[in-house]
Amino acid sequence: MEQARLETITLTVNGDVRRIAVPPERTLVEVLREGLGLTGTKQGCDEGDCGACTVLLDGRPVLSCITLAVEADGARVETVEGLADGPRLHPLQEAFVRHGAAQCGFCTSGVLVSARALLEREPAPSREAIKTALSGNLCRCTGYTKILDAVEDAARVLREGGR
Amino acid sequence: MLTMPPFAVVRPRSVDEAVDALAQGGRLVAGGTDLVPNLKRGLLDPKRLVSLRRVAALRGVHTEEGGALVVGAGTTLVDLAADTRVRETWSALARAAEVVASPPIRNVATLGGNVCLDTRCAYYDQTDFWRGALGHCLKTCGDVCHVVPSGKRCVAAFSADTPPVLIAYGATATLVSARGSRTVPVAELYVADGARHLALDPDELLTEVRVPRPGPGARAAYVKVRSRAAIDFPALSIALVLARAGDGAVSDVSVVVGALGAKPRVVDGLAAIAAGRPLDEATIGAIAERARAACHPLGNIDIDADWRRAVLAVQVRRALATLGA
Repeated sequence: MEQARLETITLTVNGDVRRIAVPPERTLVEVLREGLGLTGTKQGCDEGDCGACTVLLDGRPVLSCITLAVEADGARVETVEGLADGPRLHPLQEAFVRHGAAQCGFCTSGVLVSARALLEREPAPSREAIKTALSGNLCRCTGYTKILDAVEDAARVLREGGR
Repeated sequence: MLTMPPFAVVRPRSVDEAVDALAQGGRLVAGGTDLVPNLKRGLLDPKRLVSLRRVAALRGVHTEEGGALVVGAGTTLVDLAADTRVRETWSALARAAEVVASPPIRNVATLGGNVCLDTRCAYYDQTDFWRGALGHCLKTCGDVCHVVPSGKRCVAAFSADTPPVLIAYGATATLVSARGSRTVPVAELYVADGARHLALDPDELLTEVRVPRPGPGARAAYVKVRSRAAIDFPALSIALVLARAGDGAVSDVSVVVGALGAKPRVVDGLAAIAAGRPLDEATIGAIAERARAACHPLGNIDIDADWRRAVLAVQVRRALATLGA
């Protein structure tokens, strides 16, 4: 009975094509974390408030805790694991380290992917634009200032020819 | 972690397939940003979801020959808010779309989903455990309202941002079912019962919204009062459309208020106090007072109802002053 309820979906996760059988009520974050072992994406509030589970779906930030995995069938998914190039951190990640923009770290992966989508779209965002782009990512530690500083700095590094 | 009850998902690719699937029973899901959290809280237990995500014909914005704006119900709020024509001519609609929740929600949430958003209440949008501890209410399976204990009808708050604006602009909605289609004013999509506030039949699909072009000289605004400007639902939502004659006198004014009871409140009696008058302090004050008198915020939102009523008048006054400047 349980077998009959499974649906097979195809996701391109961080460039790798993955075929997975999932029950229709399984969320994308559960499939990423438990099915594919990609535990970088965090399950925070689990009801679409906090942004810790943000991933990119066809390039746009979405909340994977309220996205049914079957609805992502055929899509490109990018998680925080897709940012680094092997051992080499992405300029956003390096800037977060430099600025101390991650404290407890639970919100960080969601913030990073939201910021990545912003910088892809807008290489030189204003501080206001960064605030708006990150407004769905709640952080209880940093007070946001260091996060904003880090994103501004990473944008500069990327514009100056960092990866 | 919040788990969902088992259900099936059907994924039609056309409007015809979608309404056929809906005729066989099921609940529509577009972006899912309202429905999925509600499923996780055990508020709903559908056996089958009909997903609209693959129905490409529902997406897109265009303008008609006569100048009206037509928005497909599957258009995401981010795309609606970014559309140049919407920003220029229906700016209050763009504003309402861009202040819904947060960017990752607006990236998938649709106009149709916002128009059909479930009502919300401090006693309803809780886990099953929480609701069971207090005793179930009229909106679920109980027989008491925790907001108005003597009440017989659910007063959960109408919490969508775009409908007050659509109503103020005089928009209509197209509803399609396997039986045919009909067009109704957006204002008539809602009834004053928070447990079943949509006037759509269970087999009807909202396919598009048509917004007339505002007359020359008309200006509009959307004001959203809430705790956290980044993500919250409205504690008050106010849509205003103001039209003035060549001499500056008010020719028409609409004020529509959400986040009160289960349907948006169209403030009536405004023509009698404003039409033909200059938009001076006296007229603005009279409109604001009329809005305050007509609207009754309730304890269905965890922000003080008396404060919200006082703030409503202030916000109407400020918005009119800005529109008139």
